[in-house]
Amino acid sequence: MKFDVAAIRRQFPIFARPINGKELHYLDNGASAQTPQAVIDAVVTYETTSRANVLRGVHALAEAATELYENARVDVARFLGVSEPEEVIFTGGCTTAINLVAYSYGQRLKAGDEIVVSELEHHSNIVPWYQLAQRCGAKLKGLPITPDGRIDTGALSSVVTPRTRIIALAHVSNVTGALLDVAAVVAAARSVGAVVLLDGAQRIPHGPIDLPALGVDFYAFAGHKAYGPNGIGALWGRRALLDDMPPFMGGGSMIGRVTLEEITWAPVPRRFEAGTPSIGPAVGLGAACRWMMALDWNAVGTHEMGLTQRMMDGLAGIKGTRLIGPAGLQGRLPVISFTLEGVHPHDTAQILDSYGVAVRAGHHCAQPLMDRLDLAGTTRASIAPYNNAGDVDALLEGVGEALRRFA
Amino acid sequence: MSQVLYQDRIVALAKSKTGAGTLAAPTAKAMRDNPLCGDRVNIEIRLDEQGRIAELAHKVRGCALCEASAAALTPRAIGHDAAEIATLRREIDAVLTGESQGSGDFAAFAPVAEHKSRRDCVTLPFEALRAALAG
Repeated sequence: MKFDVAAIRRQFPIFARPINGKELHYLDNGASAQTPQAVIDAVVTYETTSRANVLRGVHALAEAATELYENARVDVARFLGVSEPEEVIFTGGCTTAINLVAYSYGQRLKAGDEIVVSELEHHSNIVPWYQLAQRCGAKLKGLPITPDGRIDTGALSSVVTPRTRIIALAHVSNVTGALLDVAAVVAAARSVGAVVLLDGAQRIPHGPIDLPALGVDFYAFAGHKAYGPNGIGALWGRRALLDDMPPFMGGGSMIGRVTLEEITWAPVPRRFEAGTPSIGPAVGLGAACRWMMALDWNAVGTHEMGLTQRMMDGLAGIKGTRLIGPAGLQGRLPVISFTLEGVHPHDTAQILDSYGVAVRAGHHCAQPLMDRLDLAGTTRASIAPYNNAGDVDALLEGVGEALRRFA
Repeated sequence: MSQVLYQDRIVALAKSKTGAGTLAAPTAKAMRDNPLCGDRVNIEIRLDEQGRIAELAHKVRGCALCEASAAALTPRAIGHDAAEIATLRREIDAVLTGESQGSGDFAAFAPVAEHKSRRDCVTLPFEALRAALAG
């Protein structure tokens, strides 16, 4: 069946809103994707028919809220390809999920142990590990990047050592769109008994995933980048690891038994969900996963990468542009960074805004990568299923104007 | 609309690079970053015996608004002391909040009042100068 982008687009109410008198060309999906009516409806239905706290009440609304919340966990687990929903922990977002692992799993690290990240990580996959290293005396090491903006897995053999305990990497770069060679990372980790955490923030918006096949140990992602609400994300972890980890935060729901002398912890996932969770957003995230699972991702992928090629070709045809990241479509997802000679990325983004084009500009919370590339920042366009050729063409028109105006 | 934000005077100021460079013998200097966008301004000044700015030079790694701001600030700052620079800061703040149209080249920044997220781009050189004057 032919992919019908117009039908997809109609499911997103935001596109009814003009921007600066123009049609909205939303290409800032890597920062936050838009949300479909199905997700909005799921949240509204919870708020209007089933709003109550979860796991505490015996009344009808509490039962309904708990069922919706736990069904959302099942939806996320199905999306991730895992059979045990209990391995899915709802968090405040991807950042919280990574911090959870850094704090909780990190308690087993000792002085002299090593944590491996890369030079292209988002700050959210650097700072928690830096903090852990500071706390316990571990050493934080960085895998280098290749000239085309990929994590250089060829360097694993020299960076990963028998002291490596954790390897934490972006599944997809939020700047270059490069897809990680996960198998190489997992093999290197297994050879020294380390665990692998992937930051999946930029991967999850592009379709269901098979975590068991990937062979990693932890996987973190955010709801708002995956067509879901803000304030919700998820951590998946291997049950055997999670069972052995101490809590991240203390509070209600995460305990087995509390006395002033001794406290025992609830089993996973409760142990890591202290206090009242973000119930509505979790329900919305479950709906977002269902929405994504209903799409034909072969068709969506072809569509997204077709637009990526159109954008890359268009940029290549404009003098003064420079693509930052892989030159082709192999081993990448539709996150496209570029610079314009003589034009600051913020000025590019501001001009694009006047064309109704929303992009991200700046260092993208990846300052080590910018330092490595010797750039102040880039302009980044990131593509979602609802984007169309008109979005790409509007960006290319705005890029031309930015160059005429500033260069 | 951005075409209004980037009026010709802003673009001309940014391209003028007025004051761009370094000083042979600065008496004070400072660097300020905008952690949200990564922009950076280095300012060097030479003060005279009365504590007035005799020379000012800047290096801007930033957007057109930041470059234009540094260019507009340079001639306005020469000959003034810290108290008078504070007055200039109040003037640009009033322009950026729409309370005043501003004088001279500061008036070119009036459209920024409609773009709250860009105000820090304009004030970053002022922040760097204040830090340099504070030693």
